[in-house]
Amino acid sequence: MKKPVLWGAAFALLLAGVAPLAGKTVPEPKLGDVSPMMRLITSEQYVNTLQSIFGAGLEYRVQFAPIQRVDGLLAVGATSTVMTSGAFDQFDSAARSIAAQVVDARRRDFLLPCKPAKQNAADDTCAGAFLGGTGRLLFRRSLTSDELGAYVHIAHDSAEAAHDFYTGLSNALTSLLVAPEFLYATQPITKAGNELKLTSYAKATRASLLLWNAYPDEDLLAAAESGALNTSADLARQVDRMLNSPKLEQGVRNFFDDMLVFEDFDTLSKDGTFYPAFTTKVRVDAKEQTLRTIIDHVVSQNRDYRDLFTTRKTFLTLDLGSIYGVPVRTDTAWTPYEFPPDSPRAGILTHASFLALHSHPARSSATRRGKALRELFLCQKVPPPPPNVNFGALEDPKSPFHTTRERVNFHLQNPVCAGCHRIMDPIGLALENFDGAGQYRTTEQGAAIDASGTLDGASFKDVAGLSKALHDHPQLPRCLVRRMTSYALGRTLNKDDDGWLQYADGQFSTSGYRVKDLLRTIATSPSFYAASVKADQ
Amino acid sequence: MKMSEKLSRRRVLRGTMAGAAVSVALPFLDCFLNASGTARADGAPLPVRFGTWFYGLGMNPGRWAPAEAGPMKALGPELAPIEHLKDKFNIYSGTQVFLGGKPLQVHRTGNIAQLTGAVPVGQIANPHPSIDALVSDVIGKTTRFRSLEATCDGDARNCFSYRAGGAQQASEISPAKLYARIFGPEFVDPNGADFKPDPAVMAQKSVLSATKEQRDAIVRDIGVADRARLDEYFTSLRQLEHQIDLQLQKPPPLAACAIPQAVTDPMIGTEVEATLATNALMMRLIAYALACDQTRVFNLALTNATSRLRFAGDSTIYHGYSHEEAVDPVTGYQVKVSKFAMKCMEGLATAIETLANFKEGDGTLLDRSLMFVCTDTGHAALHSVVDIPIMTVGKAGGAMRTGLHIVGRGDPSTRVGLTAMQALKVPLNSWGFEANQTSKTVTEALV
Repeated sequence: MKKPVLWGAAFALLLAGVAPLAGKTVPEPKLGDVSPMMRLITSEQYVNTLQSIFGAGLEYRVQFAPIQRVDGLLAVGATSTVMTSGAFDQFDSAARSIAAQVVDARRRDFLLPCKPAKQNAADDTCAGAFLGGTGRLLFRRSLTSDELGAYVHIAHDSAEAAHDFYTGLSNALTSLLVAPEFLYATQPITKAGNELKLTSYAKATRASLLLWNAYPDEDLLAAAESGALNTSADLARQVDRMLNSPKLEQGVRNFFDDMLVFEDFDTLSKDGTFYPAFTTKVRVDAKEQTLRTIIDHVVSQNRDYRDLFTTRKTFLTLDLGSIYGVPVRTDTAWTPYEFPPDSPRAGILTHASFLALHSHPARSSATRRGKALRELFLCQKVPPPPPNVNFGALEDPKSPFHTTRERVNFHLQNPVCAGCHRIMDPIGLALENFDGAGQYRTTEQGAAIDASGTLDGASFKDVAGLSKALHDHPQLPRCLVRRMTSYALGRTLNKDDDGWLQYADGQFSTSGYRVKDLLRTIATSPSFYAASVKADQ
Repeated sequence: MKMSEKLSRRRVLRGTMAGAAVSVALPFLDCFLNASGTARADGAPLPVRFGTWFYGLGMNPGRWAPAEAGPMKALGPELAPIEHLKDKFNIYSGTQVFLGGKPLQVHRTGNIAQLTGAVPVGQIANPHPSIDALVSDVIGKTTRFRSLEATCDGDARNCFSYRAGGAQQASEISPAKLYARIFGPEFVDPNGADFKPDPAVMAQKSVLSATKEQRDAIVRDIGVADRARLDEYFTSLRQLEHQIDLQLQKPPPLAACAIPQAVTDPMIGTEVEATLATNALMMRLIAYALACDQTRVFNLALTNATSRLRFAGDSTIYHGYSHEEAVDPVTGYQVKVSKFAMKCMEGLATAIETLANFKEGDGTLLDRSLMFVCTDTGHAALHSVVDIPIMTVGKAGGAMRTGLHIVGRGDPSTRVGLTAMQALKVPLNSWGFEANQTSKTVTEALV
């Protein structure tokens, strides 16, 4: 079937990053720094990648050394993380464990493409077939013949030494799994005319890490190899395929996990005396509840990002039911649930995850919640408290504060504190109907809770009003655009990126704030695949 | 009952099969030492060790240092839990970290400057190695692990050990995992009789060697900063290769080495008694690792600098109290904060006792160790980096004196770090950066 010529041309223009606008075209602005970044693979990327190669049947118990958060994202820290000997140990033992599982007698027949001629000797042909295919997926490009030869050599030598083909193969696979080419996603560049750009393979890796939080699959590598990522239309086709893949969930999940600082759940500790319902299981489920809600909302239902802050739809487990005070079905682990219209719960601000994570072990914290809301969802930076302030008067036994509102209002009496607390506390106070474990309450130490407040000029009387004010805040979608762009690039944004960001803001708005469309905007942008070389290269 | 019978029978059987060499009784092993008990049977002296022990939020001003300089008589009230051990350590008061115009990063500047000699700038740590890394370059090259890192409150990010270039180690949070790392299947018992290099380990070595050869191909495409990061990867790889080399050699027998019983994880968390229990377990494993010469350097952090320690049933954490608790009008200090500080010192007492009670040759592990005890602040309520309590524990094999209170008169705290490093023969005449640079050791502390 032949496409109408005009439409085809407009389509090509659109994909080339030139948006037709009322007869005129506005070129897509460029991002600032596009020098290549080398990222250390994260635990999640490692598992996602290996799962797609070897299936979900293996035990992938990997927990690599924590990555430092930089400018709000672990993904930015991952581009400057340095491997220590302790971390290398972890990669090495993970590699050996996985390699042993792959060649295990129960699995080898369906995980390996061939059987050796003799099990007690080396078989270079079979080893080469397996190592070439697997190596390509791990290194995100075909192995050179020298490289493949080296890995086959390892397999050969150790098979002969152990009189076992599979021992040899396991050692060679271990070697692939600890190789820097696998553990570090480098981004080699190439020259096209006078222009530097990422190689097709590097493009594939970038797109795949953004959309799937994993290395590319065979289809994407094949596209890279055939040069099919070099035209906008082909690139867009691959990006659409990735956006429609079930693997998109793991990519979007990782982004929100990072943006919401959910690694702090690993060290979240609540006092059992105060919050007996907040068990270890609740801690795990609370994080999962929010991620499930987000995935369902922005991926499965493809709804407006802003509605995440007002939606009454979520998922619950039996254990979470005790925190939310609602009965939950017991015949399935996760049950879709919709809070009734008269419930104070609506939107992810009222999830136990947000409320408990940004609280103290045994009490709520209006300041922490207010700070988290500003930093996580509005990308506003709240300065740290001045180092030499004494907060002692807060606990002065002579001036007892009943409620958190009374306690934090003290901040406002001190001009040094007031500047920042004025932008955090009034927001957090609107969430005071939820205690430090996220449970609903109407009083605190006998005093009624007043949950009214303002957010950047919008007044509200309760948490529903706060959620609505956040939903309507112009900075909310802009913040997501910035966070996701920074996540995609693995670097801090700067003013040279403003033009592109404003362009992306417009695209996001036009799409009705669909996260999948924002991902498409980034993943099809020529800027996202551009490359430059710094002086030191 | 039956289980243990079975186990012991199997052990006996294995012993019979392998002959006399299997005996692991201590009296026999004593002959591995030289006559005076100061060296191993192969003539090598017993090694010197270094460790850091970190706790958050310092001490209340005026409540820790002894009133007078010199040999310590009475310690301040918050050091009561280590009072009975005062002949085993020195206290350094009156030192400070100089900011040199850089912003104070609360709960970060103090400890990082003491341990690396430089005031940190930015979110990622500064590029200077910490004391333990410099020391491990001197004493840690022949052991299986260059150093071991652990923490006691469940947060793997609690670690202030940096290699040059800013590589920050991560801490082990699980005693069971630390046990497995040290005494798991890869452990080669120095006193084991039937040593045979494991073919699997030999294969592992060849795997790593092959990887090393690929270096040139990958560095072609990357910039200078990334090349430095990749070099750190190859350094780590070589370190692992070195570990493997040691697994392939018969280690010299070590009289004090025994394999501790396997541990299961306690409740890991920030409730203070749970954290102290983890500290006791971690320290015990570290002591065994030192005695078995698996490492000569360790870094144990009780908590992070913004300590999340809490008493069960109390709604505020230690860090919260440090800022919010009012000064008690009667006693003149923050009462709850003081209780927390003393709990930390209980943890330190356990750490010291663990080394002091571990017999090795004619003395104890502590005699041949130097433990640098540090924290992030002087007065935590104000995030002060003046008068941060510092201690050195142990005699470092005879290089350090103990039992002294040494008063700095506004000296840079790097003087203590330099002193510790010189005691351990790190070839440095001066240490620290910018305003914290010093070439003066604390001479009173050195023998």
